[in-house]
Amino acid sequence: MKIVVLAKQVPDTRNVGKDAMTPEGTVNRAALPAIFNPEDLNALEAALRLKDAVEGSTVHILTMGPQRAADIIRDAMFRGADGGYLLSGREFAGSDTLATSYALSCALRKIAPDVIFAGRQAIDGDTAQVGPQVAEKLGLPQVTYAEEVVEVKESSLVVKRRLEHGVETVECPLPAVITVNASAAECRPRNAKRVMKYKYALAKSEIAAAAGTPAAERAASTPYLQIVEWAAADVDPDPAQLGLQGSPTKVKKIENVVFAAKEAKRLTASDEDINSLMVELIASHTLG
Amino acid sequence: MNNVFVYIEMEGGKIADVSLELLTKGRELAARLGVKTEAVVLGHNLAGIEKELAKYGADTVWVADDGIFDPFRTLPHTAVMCGLIEQEKPQIALFGATPVGRDFAPRVSSALHSGLTADCTQLEIGDHKDAKTGREYKDLLYQIRPAFGGNIIATIVNPDHRPQMATVREGVMRKECAAQPAAGEVKPIDWQKFVKDTDLAVKIVDRQIEERKIDIKGASIIVAGGYGMGSKENFKLVHDLADVLGAEVGASRAAVDAGFTEHERQVGQTGVTVRPKLYIACGISGQIQHTAGMDQSSMVISINTDPDAPINKIADYAITGDVNEIIPKMIKYYKQNSK
Repeated sequence: MKIVVLAKQVPDTRNVGKDAMTPEGTVNRAALPAIFNPEDLNALEAALRLKDAVEGSTVHILTMGPQRAADIIRDAMFRGADGGYLLSGREFAGSDTLATSYALSCALRKIAPDVIFAGRQAIDGDTAQVGPQVAEKLGLPQVTYAEEVVEVKESSLVVKRRLEHGVETVECPLPAVITVNASAAECRPRNAKRVMKYKYALAKSEIAAAAGTPAAERAASTPYLQIVEWAAADVDPDPAQLGLQGSPTKVKKIENVVFAAKEAKRLTASDEDINSLMVELIASHTLG
Repeated sequence: MNNVFVYIEMEGGKIADVSLELLTKGRELAARLGVKTEAVVLGHNLAGIEKELAKYGADTVWVADDGIFDPFRTLPHTAVMCGLIEQEKPQIALFGATPVGRDFAPRVSSALHSGLTADCTQLEIGDHKDAKTGREYKDLLYQIRPAFGGNIIATIVNPDHRPQMATVREGVMRKECAAQPAAGEVKPIDWQKFVKDTDLAVKIVDRQIEERKIDIKGASIIVAGGYGMGSKENFKLVHDLADVLGAEVGASRAAVDAGFTEHERQVGQTGVTVRPKLYIACGISGQIQHTAGMDQSSMVISINTDPDAPINKIADYAITGDVNEIIPKMIKYYKQNSK
């Protein structure tokens, strides 16, 4: 079974430091650590379990992002993935969820997997849109909020979904897109042997950037150390649907809301203090 | 034509609250635009559904009533919604940000190539000028939502594509009957022409509405209690506050060891690691064993009698005082100030 995991390298928005916002109120991405989107790790685990269950399966990561996004492909290889695809280039800049989905769907057409896993949502946008939008672009059925693949059949998967008020089990024909919840099994840790084996894996542009070094030469001459890197032209897209111009949604305005310095604001138990705290939390949408 | 669509979600034979909240907002937007509010219901045994929807301002109630729409499945819902939108050309379409809305609204937007903004906290009508082309747009839907883990608020517009689609979480918008009920005119959807056999390929094997297992990892708000809560009886205050705020209950190891609550709720090195949007630590001193599991929360409020408790080092707000006095006040003032 050919399995692909859609993954994203995201700024760690849940660990925002003091310099995370610029004085102009925009996000200073450089100051935020870049991490493997947490639910994409749950998706990777689901993929690896399916690989374990079905002999002869492969798991590859597909990510769209800058060169440094190759880090999460390597990380996935340390944890059990066979390799990955990095979709990278200026043409993709400014993509909203729809343009992202379109680009990913072009790459997926080329890969032609049997199962596509993805995290339910990424922590920088929390939209949960890319999985279903990819499925629609490819004309595939989808299972969202997946917690566990409970049975692998000849040409379908039986999947348990975790909803707000219960669980639902569905049987979905393949190929399909499955988006995985945080409540699913945690991803297995990095395997020391695999780290030793794959730490020198490089994408094409990384090899080019390090040209002449032993690491670049080793990667260039060792197929399993090569991360596939595709530019827009490699996936035969309609350029009008890529990047900013392919994005129906536009950001009109960005406001920096809560950015409290880590110096505790002292309050007393007085009615006035508690009342104004609640007013503040409601106004900032911290409380619904 | 070019009206405001609101997708009505059915939940165990009843209209979901979030749909009535959206209808309330939808009719406000429609009034501002001088267009009609149209509810779209896909489900089974829907006779009479228009009465309730009319109370909330639905001028039109589009109905597809058949067993294939209940329980919800992605593909038939997507097919019918896409077909109806192409037929009626609404300018705005709103969906609840529920597991149902978040499942099929993105597909609809993908099929129609119209933008979708998730989890909006405000929706307004306003004008827009494209900074590059200088082109001006009248009366767009401002889709306002937090992003980057709540650190920024973004206003999104959808200038060139219709419908302008948005999802909104339950409880974000106010639910209010219209001053005068609207017509609530029922229009059956000719859904057979939109649904293909292949749309029925996914089969529901089993469905169980079950008691939620305790899972504090995914909670966006956590109210946690420590040894300072004093007793198992007193620990109920933590639950009371969590219930009111729609939060999960967490606990320190000391509180769990003292038998105040279940081990599943323990946060920290020997419990779970959480990263909620808001963490309210009640009577928790803040030993490293505990803070290691919660110090990545976006915001921390501590309530402690000791102004120098270690928890205050990582707190955004440190309330000094007795939990027995402060928690009831928080409940009281939250209720008073929230809509």
